[in-house]
Amino acid sequence: MRKTEGQGEAETDGFAEETARACEGGAGDGSEGLDARLVVVRGSFRLDVTLTARPGEVVALLGPNGAGKTTALRALAGLAPLSPGAGGRLRLDGVPLERMPPESRPVGVVFQDYLLFPHLTALDNVAFGPRCRGASRSEARAEAAEWLARLGLAEHAGARPRRLSGGQAQRVALARALATRPRLLLLDEPLAALDARTRLEVRAELRRRLAEFEAVAVLVTHDPLDAMVLADRLVVVEDGRVVQEGPPADIARRPRTDYIARLVGLNLYRGEAEGHTVRLLGGGPSITTTEELSGPAFVAFPPGAVTLHSERPVGASARNLWRCEVTGLETHADQVRADLTGELRVLADLTTLSAAQLDLRPGVTVWATVKATQTHAYPG
Amino acid sequence: MSPSSPVPAGVEGGPAGSARGRRARPAGGGRERPTGGGRRAGAPLPLLLPALVGILFLLLPLLALLIRAPWRDLPDQLTSAQVWQALRLSLLSATAATALSLALGVPLAWLLARTDFPGRGLLRALVTLPLVLPPVVGGVALLLALGRNGVVGQWLDAWFGITLPFTTTGVVLAETFVAMPFLVISVEGTLRAADPRYEEAAATLGASRFTAFRRVTLPLIAPGVLAGAVLAWARALGEFGATITFAGNFPGRTQTMPLAVYLALQNDPAAAIALSLVLLAVSVAVLAALRDRWLTAS
Amino acid sequence: MNRTSRRAPRRLLAGIGAAAVLLAAGACSSDGSDGSGDTRGSGGGASGRPTGTVTVFAAASLQESFTTLGKTFEKRYPGTKVAFNFGGSDSLAAGITGGAPADVFASASPRTMKTVTDAGDAAGTPATFVRNRLEIAALQGNPDHISSLKDLTRSGLKVVLCAETVPCGAATRTALEASGLKLTPVSYEQDVKSALTKVELKEADAAVVYRTDVKAAGGKVEGVEFPESAEAVNDYPIVRLKNAGNASGAKAFLALVNSAEGRKVLGAAGFLTP
Repeated sequence: MRKTEGQGEAETDGFAEETARACEGGAGDGSEGLDARLVVVRGSFRLDVTLTARPGEVVALLGPNGAGKTTALRALAGLAPLSPGAGGRLRLDGVPLERMPPESRPVGVVFQDYLLFPHLTALDNVAFGPRCRGASRSEARAEAAEWLARLGLAEHAGARPRRLSGGQAQRVALARALATRPRLLLLDEPLAALDARTRLEVRAELRRRLAEFEAVAVLVTHDPLDAMVLADRLVVVEDGRVVQEGPPADIARRPRTDYIARLVGLNLYRGEAEGHTVRLLGGGPSITTTEELSGPAFVAFPPGAVTLHSERPVGASARNLWRCEVTGLETHADQVRADLTGELRVLADLTTLSAAQLDLRPGVTVWATVKATQTHAYPG
Repeated sequence: MSPSSPVPAGVEGGPAGSARGRRARPAGGGRERPTGGGRRAGAPLPLLLPALVGILFLLLPLLALLIRAPWRDLPDQLTSAQVWQALRLSLLSATAATALSLALGVPLAWLLARTDFPGRGLLRALVTLPLVLPPVVGGVALLLALGRNGVVGQWLDAWFGITLPFTTTGVVLAETFVAMPFLVISVEGTLRAADPRYEEAAATLGASRFTAFRRVTLPLIAPGVLAGAVLAWARALGEFGATITFAGNFPGRTQTMPLAVYLALQNDPAAAIALSLVLLAVSVAVLAALRDRWLTAS
Repeated sequence: MNRTSRRAPRRLLAGIGAAAVLLAAGACSSDGSDGSGDTRGSGGGASGRPTGTVTVFAAASLQESFTTLGKTFEKRYPGTKVAFNFGGSDSLAAGITGGAPADVFASASPRTMKTVTDAGDAAGTPATFVRNRLEIAALQGNPDHISSLKDLTRSGLKVVLCAETVPCGAATRTALEASGLKLTPVSYEQDVKSALTKVELKEADAAVVYRTDVKAAGGKVEGVEFPESAEAVNDYPIVRLKNAGNASGAKAFLALVNSAEGRKVLGAAGFLTP
C-alpha cells in the first residue's frame, strides 16, 4: 500500500514526467563523484551497500525503517565508522575518506529534524560552517547572508530556529549544509518533519535546489514519492542490502520486491513463466499475460486493473479469474481499496459506488478478474 | 532545565508515520514548557500532606532562628570588623571555588557523559565520593594529599615552596573538593539529556570536537551548568568541616562565616545566630537574584 | 549581653542535645526515683549498691581516662552500665541546663560548671578532681629545638593555637598575657584535638595544648613544658546532677573518680591531682 498522503496522489500525474528525466543509471567511472561500498556490522545487523554517483547526480536511498539507510548516511558523513576489515571503501572525487574525521570531510548534511542550533540565529547557523573552516566572523556572516538570500530567507536572518516555520527551517538547514561548499550533500528524510501541505511546496523547491547542485547529492527517505521526485536514481535498500536500483521510472514499472511493489502501489507476484502464462510460486494460480517469457518472472498489475464481481462472471473472457474473500477495506477520497485473500492475495481499487453496489464487507466472497493486457510481466 | 528533548540516535533515524510526533520535535530543540494552562487545581491529599509537613520541617528551624534572634544586639554584632571579614572571605572563596569547579568540573562531566572507556562507572562513583564523605574526613584527606607533609604537598613545598594548609588557597581547595561533585552531577545529567546529535551536526560543518563543545554544547547546556554552579556555590558557602580541617581558622585568611559561626557558638550563641542570619540573608539574596536573571534570560 | 536573649537559643540547642543523648544512651534505666531522694545525699559515699545505667557528661579531654574508669566501674558493679557523652564543656553544659538526662557532669572549666550550678541543676557543690596544664606540642624529635613559649614567636614557625572561645584557647591567652609575648599563629583551631592533629600530621610545627593531650598522642609529638603554664592551670570540677535518674550510680561513679584508683588512671593520662 502506498504510503503517501492524499496530496501526494494528486501529484502522481506529473510523476512520469518527473522520472523521465532520470539519468541512465550509471556510476562514477573513477575519479569524479562518489564511489563507496559501505560496510557496517553492528551486532547481527550487517549493512553492505555499494553506492556510486557522478557529480550533479541525485541518488535516493529508499527503504523501510531499519533497512540501514540512515546508517549508510552516517557512514558517508563519518559519523559511523566503516567496519574495519570488512571490505568497505569510500572515495569522493578520488580522495579516500575512510579514515577522515567528519569535520574534515567535504560533506554537508541536512539532518532529519534539521538540528539547527537553537541558540544561534539563522544567519549564525549558516555562518557556523564557514567560520569552522577558517573564515573570519565577518566573512562567514557575509557568506551566510548570501546563502540565505539565495534561498529567499534574507528577512529571517536574525530569527532563532524556533521562530521559523518548518519549511523555513528546512531551507536554513540546506543553506547551512551548502555554505560549507560540500562535494557530497547528504539529506536525511529531508521532508519528513514537515506537514503535508508545506511538504508539497518544499519538495518542489528542494528539487530545484538539488538540480542546481553541482556535486553529488544522496538523500535518504522511506517515502517513494519524495525519492522519485527528488532523485535521478533510486537505490532500494532492504535489510542492509541493495535489492534494486535504477531510474525511478524503471523501479516504478518493474518492482522486484514486495516492499517496492507496495511503495509504488502494484500487485506483484513471482513465478515461472511459460509463454503467456506465469505459474506463481508455491502452487498458486497462474496469471495470463501479454508478454511472452520463459523462466523466472515477475508479474505486476495496479489495483485499479482489478474488477470485482459478486457472482462468478458468466462466459467471462478474462482468464485471470479468482475467487477471493474480502479481509479489509480502506477508503481514499472517492476510492475504496479492498484487501482480498483466497486463491490470490490481491489489492483492488474500485469506486465507492461500486463498492456499495457489491455490498463489500469483510468476510464477503467476491470474484476478481484482471485483463491480461493490464498485467505486466518481466524476467525475474 | 533540560535544554532539549532527547531524540535517540539509533541505527535508523526515521520512524514512519506519526506526523504529530515529528512536529512535536521542533528544529530548535524543544525548549518550550507547558504554560501551566493545563495544570489542574488542587493536589491529592496523600501528596499534599507530606509536602506540607516537609515545608514545615524545612522552614521551622529557619523560622526559629528568626524568632529567637537577638534583634536588639544585632546592630552591635554586625558592625564588628570580624563579621565583615569573614563574610567577605566566604563570598570570595565560594566564588573562587565555583569558578574552579566550573573549569574542572564541566570538562569532567563531559568526559563522563560523552565518552566511553573502561571503568567509567567506577570513576563516576569515585569523583562523586565527596558527596557522601564527611567533610572533615575530606579535609584530612586533603591534608594527607596536599598538606606540607602530604603525598603531593611535600613536593609542592620542596620544589616550589608552596604550602596550602592555613592559606586562603587552601580554603578554596577545600570548598572545591566538597562542592565540585554537585556541579559534575548536575552538568552530567544535563549533558545526558541534551541531544548529542547537535555535536554531530557541528562536526559535519567542520567543527572539531572541542569547537563543537564550546560553540554548540556549552550554550545548549548553559541552564544546567548555571544550576550546577549555583548548587556548588551554595555548598561552598556553607562548607565547614573540610575547610577548618584543611585550611584551619585564622580571621581574614581562612576564617569563613561557617567557621566564625561554629566558634561563636562555643561561648556566644547570640553572636552565632547573628552571623548565621547574615549568611542566610546574603545567600538568599544572591540565589534569588540569580534565579530572577536566569528565568528572564531564557 | 541580654540574659534572656542568650538563654533562649541555648534552650534550643539543649533540646537537640537531649534528643541526641536519648538516642545514644538507648533506653534509660527506670530505676531512678526521679530525684526525690537526692536532696539528702551529700555526695561522698554510696548509699546503696548501684544498678542500671549511669549517664556521664564529661569534657572531651577526659575521654581516655573516663572510658577506662567506666570499664572498671562496670566490672566492679556487675549489671551496671556507664553511658558517656564526651564533648566540649560548653555544649555539654548547655545540654544539661536544657534538660538533658545526665547523672554526672565533669567539666574542663569552672566557668562552664558555673552555668550549671547557676541554673540550679547541680546536686551539691562541684569539687575539683583534677587539674590540667598547658604544654607545647612540638614535632617528633623537636627538630625546631623549641624550649620555651618565646621560641614559638620565631618567624617561619607554623604554630596553631586553640580558638579563644574554647577553654584551651582561653588558657593559652592567659599564659601569653602573663609572658607578655605576642604570638601570631597560622590558625586558631576549633578544639584542642584539632590543634594537636595539625602537629601530628606535621602541618604545623607546634601547638599549645594540654599536657594530657600530649600524653594521649603517645610519642607522635614531643611535649615541651613552659613555666607560664602555671598561670593558666585548668581546674576540672565534677558534680552530681539534681535531675539524676540514677543517684546511687552517680554517687558510686564520683567515688570511683576520687578514689586512689581513679587518681592513678587520671594521673597516667597526664592530669595533675589537686
